[in-house]
Amino acid sequence: MIGLLLRDLKLAIRAGGGFGLGLAFFLIVVVLVPLGVGPKTELLAAIAPGILWVAALLACLLSLDRIFALDYEDGSLDLLATAPMPLEGAVAMKSLAHWLTTGLPLTLASPLFGLLMQLPDAAYGWLMLSLALGTPALSVIGTFGAALTVGLKRGGLLLSLLVLPLYVPTLIFGAEAVRRGAEGMDNATPMILVAAITLGSVALLPFASAAAIRINLR
Amino acid sequence: MELRVTDLACARGGLPVLEGVSFALTGGRALVLRGPNGIGKTTLLRTLAGLQPAAAGSVSVPAEAMAYAAHADGLKATLSVTENLAFWARVFGTGGIAAALARMNLAHLADRPAQNLSAGQKRRLGLARLLVTGRPIWVLDEPTVSLDTASVALFADVVRDHLAGGGMALIATHIDLGLDEAEVLDLGPFRADPARAADAFDRDFESAGDDDAEAFL
Repeated sequence: MIGLLLRDLKLAIRAGGGFGLGLAFFLIVVVLVPLGVGPKTELLAAIAPGILWVAALLACLLSLDRIFALDYEDGSLDLLATAPMPLEGAVAMKSLAHWLTTGLPLTLASPLFGLLMQLPDAAYGWLMLSLALGTPALSVIGTFGAALTVGLKRGGLLLSLLVLPLYVPTLIFGAEAVRRGAEGMDNATPMILVAAITLGSVALLPFASAAAIRINLR
Repeated sequence: MELRVTDLACARGGLPVLEGVSFALTGGRALVLRGPNGIGKTTLLRTLAGLQPAAAGSVSVPAEAMAYAAHADGLKATLSVTENLAFWARVFGTGGIAAALARMNLAHLADRPAQNLSAGQKRRLGLARLLVTGRPIWVLDEPTVSLDTASVALFADVVRDHLAGGGMALIATHIDLGLDEAEVLDLGPFRADPARAADAFDRDFESAGDDDAEAFL
């Protein structure tokens, strides 16, 4: 299974792999929002937590359809399904590879983007923490959506429609944790809920994703 | 080791394709599947490889003993020939990458990215994967597509070696591989009757409806 993870990381980093796509998208949103909203520092600071979380979420969404589509097209998915590796494990590794190439870079780069959004000083730590806790859920839920739509031509639209409602709780609690942190309020509750969503999806969704792939390969 | 398939029925997209397929294969033998397009060769092979459940019937060997190779080779364009094969060797927990490459006449291309291979070379790399799976039963769907005459002969040799080592092979192909060990199975007689299958479904559906109606009344 480590082999699969290493292969996916290698593919993502090599030409055409799409590594950096999410990061670039995040950067574009965060650069454009202040231009669109105007130079009012207080206004930007107030909307920064929400905008940063929405941008992270959309950046994650952008690369979801690649998780299984490429493997499906070149036949690797059939071969993986017949390999001596539990499909649940393969799916979990795919999610992990997706997080390592999108969620983790977004989390690490988020203070820089926070700067562009006039994020209050107190919130930088909370932004990184909430993204670190929340983005794994985005990858795992997204993998589930990709598993449901694997094999569909132009499945990206359906994938977004399926996945976005499932992303909403993570978005609400993640942005709320940062907002409360920025205002110096107690944000333990939303932070714990973000962590709970991540733990729950990491524990359960690989099984659902593997089942969805088995049905789609028939 | 013996592969025994008994009264196997399989469906494609919900429609029954084959029914009553029975055959037996012992170590060292190959079975060549024949039949017109759409008869269900691929469906049968995918069922045996465990990619879809059988509608009826039994297979004596678990899918874990089968190495499946389909029309698509499962190659990653940006990985080199060696990296592609090393990945599958790692997944199957085996080695022998250099030997497999040499056997399929790919050793001189070992460092080339798979995207720069010709169609026939890609196919040979896809088939080299079979050698690193270490599985006894090869389930091959049109393995000779895009191979030239020399490569077909090379591949037939590889299959012969595999059979000589006690392995088995199920091959859907229209090309004569020149395998003395091969029996031919024509799938024509096993074609499922779609009309009959639909009738059976309708009958079940209607009778189930009647039961419900009676229960309701």
